[in-house]
Amino acid sequence: MSESLSTDLNFFQVKKGIISWLFSLDHKRIGLMYLYAIISFFLVGVTLGLLMRLELIAPGETIMKAKTYNQTFTLHGVIMIFLFIIPSIPAIFGNFFLPIMLGTDDVALPKLNLLSWWLYVIGALFALSTLVFGDGPADTGWTFYAPYSVQTNTNVTMSVMAAFILGFSSILTGLNFIVTIHRLRAPGMGWFQMPLFAWSLYATSWIQLLATPIIGITLLMIVAERAFGVGLFDPAIGGDPILYQHLFWIYSHPAVYIMALPAMGIISEIIPTFAKRSIFGYKAIAYSSMAIAFVGYFVWGHHMFTSGMSGSARIIFSVLTFMVAIPTAIKVFNWVATMYKGSIDLQPPMLYAMAFIFQFMIGGLTGLVLAALAADIHLHDTYFVVGHFHYVMFGGTGFAMFGGMHYWFPKIWGRMYNIKIAKFAFALLVLGFNMLYFPMLILGLMGMPRRYYDYLPQFTDLNVLSTVGSWILAIGLITMLVNLINGMRKGAPAGRNPWGSISLEWQTKSPPPLENFDKQPELNEGGPYNYKN
Amino acid sequence: MFSEASNFVKGVDDSLVVILGISIFFLVGITAVMIYFVIRYSRKRNPIATNIEHNSKLEILWTVIPTILVVVMFYYGWAGFTPMRNVPKDAMVVKAHGQMWAWSFEYENGSYSENLIVPLNKPVKLELSSKDVLHSLYIPAYRIKEDVVPGKANYMWFIPQKEGSYDILCAEYCGERHSYMLSKLEVYSQDKYDDWYANELGVSRDHPGLALLKQNACISCHSTDGSAIIGPTFKGLWERTEIVMTDGVEREITVDRDYIRKSLNEPNADITKGFNPGLMISYATTVSDEDMDQIIEYLKTLK
Ligand code: HEM
Ligand SMILES: [Cu+2]
Ligand SMILES: [Cu+2]
Repeated sequence: MSESLSTDLNFFQVKKGIISWLFSLDHKRIGLMYLYAIISFFLVGVTLGLLMRLELIAPGETIMKAKTYNQTFTLHGVIMIFLFIIPSIPAIFGNFFLPIMLGTDDVALPKLNLLSWWLYVIGALFALSTLVFGDGPADTGWTFYAPYSVQTNTNVTMSVMAAFILGFSSILTGLNFIVTIHRLRAPGMGWFQMPLFAWSLYATSWIQLLATPIIGITLLMIVAERAFGVGLFDPAIGGDPILYQHLFWIYSHPAVYIMALPAMGIISEIIPTFAKRSIFGYKAIAYSSMAIAFVGYFVWGHHMFTSGMSGSARIIFSVLTFMVAIPTAIKVFNWVATMYKGSIDLQPPMLYAMAFIFQFMIGGLTGLVLAALAADIHLHDTYFVVGHFHYVMFGGTGFAMFGGMHYWFPKIWGRMYNIKIAKFAFALLVLGFNMLYFPMLILGLMGMPRRYYDYLPQFTDLNVLSTVGSWILAIGLITMLVNLINGMRKGAPAGRNPWGSISLEWQTKSPPPLENFDKQPELNEGGPYNYKN
Repeated sequence: MFSEASNFVKGVDDSLVVILGISIFFLVGITAVMIYFVIRYSRKRNPIATNIEHNSKLEILWTVIPTILVVVMFYYGWAGFTPMRNVPKDAMVVKAHGQMWAWSFEYENGSYSENLIVPLNKPVKLELSSKDVLHSLYIPAYRIKEDVVPGKANYMWFIPQKEGSYDILCAEYCGERHSYMLSKLEVYSQDKYDDWYANELGVSRDHPGLALLKQNACISCHSTDGSAIIGPTFKGLWERTEIVMTDGVEREITVDRDYIRKSLNEPNADITKGFNPGLMISYATTVSDEDMDQIIEYLKTLK
């Protein structure tokens, strides 16, 4: 950077005014702009989720009509997947901390970084525009399955275009991180001296770069079919609906790892910091990220076990899906082993890491149930699946993101939140979360299909329980956010390194100066987690 | 003789018990170990941590054991699934039609039924077909489902092992009334079934026009009692004057024979004001002129 600025000013102070943010090339500001945007959309998504739960508190119509319900779960899914969970950790914490953790002053391609933020905003506007323009938000489910998505008169085209644009935002972020990791590591930082968060972003970025173009093209094909009647997926005009499902899941399954891997990266940072010891199996964790990213490309067919695929295809996809479980299990074992003989301080980030492990295990283990052919025939497209993916995405990735927020908070804002309230909010979140989603697993085993506006009387009790859980979760979320906002504005100054971590980001001031470090960062001897005990 | 409702319940439930059993064991075990570590090695009890980078024996162990376990899980899943694809030669064939938002079942003699009625202990093969979008025929008590894909000949089969009545649901999202796309599976004794097949199947107490409306799933969107579901009600439809949108222009029509034929052939050409296009498929080939006459006779009764 050409301007020479005093390192006394932090990155908030160097320039003021909204324009200095909207067109900032500083990776930290871009990260924070993502944070504010993503949290806002998360809250919109949560509100839609709460409305759905309210509708489902009793059979029959409660607060909305069937079509509105269908549009609600579609918009909820689109927002949560494309606007919240896929960008979340890489775009917020990856942007903010990857360069700092590598000991450098910015990402490799700062202008591209700003472009991807703008694409994100434009994509988001497209998605939300369906609320006001055209024939209402799409009612297809976030999967846009053909031929329904070709036939329905709701505004599918706009939603699909939104996902298309958001895809580009994701591709550019991935590309940027790959280049940054290859080119900008601090002198002396070899691949195996990199923090595991960087490793997880590296694996994620390759998926973003290679898999996202497939969904882009597939979604454009939907638009072509709707607008010009090109017979691609609708058999009524000569297309093949199963082809659509293949193309969709070739991206969307790897996308599950775009959601999960960065979360695992955060957990691999939090646990050594609060256990004050080296991470167990550094290389195993790094390699398993890459293995998951690789094998994850070949398992998409498990979403189609009931679509009439040939028996042998079903068997191959089932075997491959079980294989992905192994590197995932290895990571869990490594995290737990890192607690052994540690000196554990149960601060809020560590609590979130533990909740992540517990809930992510439920998500993963229910995934094994769905990977088994016979069990999936029964459970596919039931509430068991809804429970399963919320455990993975929300109980796993969402909680890891909350953990990351509590972990890096003092670095970003230079202040500390109220620890007691943070722990109280955490307790509400865990209670509410499990009460909301565990009943769904049982409902699925009982045979309640997903995307059901109305249900048979035998499913009532568990639905009531789930809805009550959603209220507790909502109170927990509000408590957490209010506490963080208060901490941001008037928390006690936190200092450089409140958690006593040896990772590079804790060597600089809080908040960091524009160029990240006020003094040359020193790599820790013997690897990023080698605590001196 | 059997305790399970169908021949697949055991295979599916076994795979569930094995996988859920192993899962719960690991979930509880790992969570307990984690909580124990957090207490035993708390900063208070253990102020100085010990660095441990790895332990080859342990790591091999926790790679090999999960590998063996997933092979076991795969096996149970595969074993429960394989028979679902091998239909016995002597299976009785029923054609299951899915259409927004109703099921109908066509028997070997060409007659239709709204519910799936089958004899006890006889293998039944369902040949699945859809006229519009994706559906999925799901019988939770039997632990089976298979997608009903337009343009693709999917199938499923089962042996009913207990008399009774079971829910049939649609498990693949198919639009507005997806959650109402329900039917019943009724398992009769062989005698009762034979009697039903000979004397009741296709013989309906309904007006023949109404029977056609049911068979073609018309009444899942058009009510006969004046309420609006998805499309305009049939009550009072005959010779009613309506405002319709044709190519974006409003015009007034009277419902007569020609208008009904046109609505069946090109359902999106004229859309009654207040309703949405794109929801009804063309019945140009499925409803013949004779069928239409029967339907009109019935509509005339709905004053
Ligand atoms: C308070 C929080 C939340 C509530 C109450 C909630 C509730 C629900 C409910 C009830 C459904 C099922 C709708 C149905 O099948 O009929 C659903 C679907 C879904 N949820 Fe959530 N959810 C919440 C948070 C999240 C989060 C954080 C994510 C992602 C990270 C997420 C992603 C999804 C997706 C992808 C679907 C599927 C939509 C579809 O079927 O097309 N949800 N949610
Ligand atoms: Cu998948
Ligand atoms: Cu359906």
